Formats: sequence, structure tokens, C-alpha cells
Amino acid sequence: MEKKEEKREVEMISAKEIRDKYLRHDMMPHIFCTGCGIGNVLDYTLWALEKEGLDMDKTVFLSGIGCSSRLPGYIDVDSLHTTHGRALAFATGVKITNPELNVIVFTGDGDCMGIGGNHFIHACRRNIDITVIAVNNYIYGMTGGQVAPTTPEGDYATTAPYGNLEPAFDMSEMAISSGATYVARWGVKRPNQPINSIQEALQNKGMSFVEMMSPCTTAYSRQNRMGSIEEFWDWYDNKTILAEDHERIKQYGSEEEKEELKDKIKVGVLHKEEKKSLSERIQELIEEVQV
Amino acid sequence: MIELNEEYCKGCNLCIVYCPRDALEPAEELNEKGIHPPVEVEDRCNGCRLCELICPDFAITVVEKDEEEE
Ligand SMILES: Cc1ncc(C[n+]2csc(CCOP(=O)(O)OP(=O)(O)O)c2C)c(N)n1
Ligand code: SF4
Ligand code: SF4
Repeated sequence: MEKKEEKREVEMISAKEIRDKYLRHDMMPHIFCTGCGIGNVLDYTLWALEKEGLDMDKTVFLSGIGCSSRLPGYIDVDSLHTTHGRALAFATGVKITNPELNVIVFTGDGDCMGIGGNHFIHACRRNIDITVIAVNNYIYGMTGGQVAPTTPEGDYATTAPYGNLEPAFDMSEMAISSGATYVARWGVKRPNQPINSIQEALQNKGMSFVEMMSPCTTAYSRQNRMGSIEEFWDWYDNKTILAEDHERIKQYGSEEEKEELKDKIKVGVLHKEEKKSLSERIQELIEEVQV
Repeated sequence: MIELNEEYCKGCNLCIVYCPRDALEPAEELNEKGIHPPVEVEDRCNGCRLCELICPDFAITVVEKDEEEE
């Protein structure tokens, strides 16, 4: 039932109308490599903005540095393209000083978990009312494929020619344990779930984190021999499992099924909780002390 | 029925691969950019709009047949 309803909503407006409304056509075609999923993350975000009906005059996008951090530049909206890893620090400032704004951050796994890791955990801890859309391609794409804190152990990178020895961070788990109140992870291959999730993230009054697993068809693919664009995109289907299925197998599955879980990445809405955001609490405090 | 923006298309072929109706195929000829952009196979598209969403490059628009003729 629910699915049908969602589909009808998406179909109400044409892709052309969405693109003409939100895209900076003068910046297109975008810079992303052939088969890179970052363009899809942008597309799904535009659909979510439209479904949610956000006022673009009251919305600001921020990003750091990286291929994924180029995204705000393609949207016809005010944005801050900040320094590497620091988008969340700027976003915190924007939201606290002007709580009426919808604040949305695009970041990459390197930008968010590497150089920006400290800002990330504290933005989650403070539960600031912002939406973070993180493109996780498991590598530093823009600079040519260096190992990231998210690169799985054993994967290859220009700085890990014999395979990565370091254990990887799970961005979504990190967001949950640091205090974010809405956390979801999806692959780019299936459009409808991420569109709905980004919409839910925009609705949540607190720190929302949506991790988008996205193929880097140049730097990551070349190092790790992911094959054709099609093979790389299909890899996500074999590698991921819905969080509900994961839970069911963990409880009732056979030993064999449980063994298979070890290699799988959970996708879905991973965490949801109601908690007052710091931005709201600061506003309340201001009103209280002004009286 | 699909409309292609050839300036935006980079030739990833994802629309061709994932179309559930095999309604798209690579053009025989290379275009100016050196790629084989998708072309529509006649009378197969059911207007599901998957290609529109899966295209990373905002290059495909699915239009109703009568919309096209107007
Ligand atoms: C202070 C600073 N250090 C290093 C860099 C170089 N640099 C630019 S992008 C980048 C990594 C980006 O990786 P990620 O955030 O995963 O984005 P992707 O390009 O993969 O989308 C690095 C290290 C920089 N621009 N600034
Ligand atoms: S280098 Fe990788 S992440 Fe960057 S645009 Fe190319 S495919 Fe995408
Ligand atoms: S709209 Fe659906 S059926 Fe038509 S070409 Fe696109 S993917 Fe194929």
C-alpha cells in the first residue's frame, strides 16, 4: 500500500520540471566520471526536496572538498563550498545563528570521516538540526584514489598497493553511536528508497545522516578491478542486505546464512529517535533568559 | 517514449542495462563525444521512468507519446 502511494507522488511532476526548477543548467554537464553514482545522489536529493516542498529561499547547502562536495554548485540555491572536512562546522554556525534555515550538507567519506571526523562526531553528539548526505565511495576519489578511513581492509588504493591493512570505519554506525537521531544507508542503484529516506531526513528535527554507497568508477574501480560499470553497479546488490532481513537471519537464520551475513553491508533506515536538537534548545534558552 | 540530452549523456549505458523492457540499445554510430548514446527500440517502452532516475547525468526524460507529438 505504502509503496503505491510513494510512487504516485513521485510521478506527479516530470523530470524536466524538477531539473528546470532546481538544476543550474549552465553548470551542466557535471564533472563526474562516466558511471559515477554522485550524479544519482544529486538527482535523488532533488526529488526529495520537491516531495518535501522545501522553500529554496530558506534552504542552504554546504559542502567541503572532494568530487561529492561539488554537488551544491549544481543546485540553484545559496550554498557554502567550504574547506576540506569543515562543512559541518560551518553548518553548525549557520543553523545556530539562523534556525529558520533548512541546512543540508553534502560530504564524502574522506571529507566526513577522515579530515572532518572530529566535526562529524561532535555534530552528531550535539544533535544539531541539519541533514547530512554522505557519498561513500570507500576512497578519496578527487585526488586519485588514496586510502580513506572507510576503505575496507584488504582493498587496494594508490597508498595501499599491497592491500589496506587498516580496519575501516562504518560511517552510519559512527553516526548512531555519536548521537545522530535519523540514520539511513542505501546504495545508489535503487532510486525510490533513498528518495524517501532523504525526505525523512529533511523532516527529522535533529541530526540526520543518510549514507549513500556510490561507485567511484575511476579511482576505486581501477585499483580494485571492479570490471565494467554494470558489474560494479551490480556488486551493490550482492554486497548489501536490508536491515530487516539482517535482523531476521541473526535471530532465526541457519548457521550458513549467519556466516554469509559477515560479508554483507546493512542498508535501510538504521536508526530513528526523538530527541530535542541543540539548535532548538539554544532557542529555548535565549527566550528564557530574555524574559 | 524517451528524449535524450546528448550533451549531458556520457555513455555509461546504465539505462540500457536496467531497462526492464529492453527498450533501449546503443546507437550504432559513435556521436561527436565518441560514445554510443542510447536509442529507443520502437514500441517497447512502458513509461516506467526507471531510466530517468538511474541516469547519473540527467540526460534522459521520459515523455508521454501525445506530449511528444504536440
Ligand atoms: C586541507 C586539505 N587537505 C587535503 C586536501 C586534498 N583533498 C582534496 S579532496 C580529498 C579527498 C576527498 O575524498 P572524499 O571526501 O571521499 O570525496 P570524493 O572525491 O571521493 O567524492 C583530499 C584529500 C585538501 N583539498 N585540503
Ligand atoms: S573520481 Fe570517482 S568519485 Fe570522482 S567523479 Fe570520478 S568516479 Fe566519481
Ligand atoms: S521508461 Fe522504463 S521501459 Fe521506458 S525506456 Fe525507460 S526504463 Fe525502459
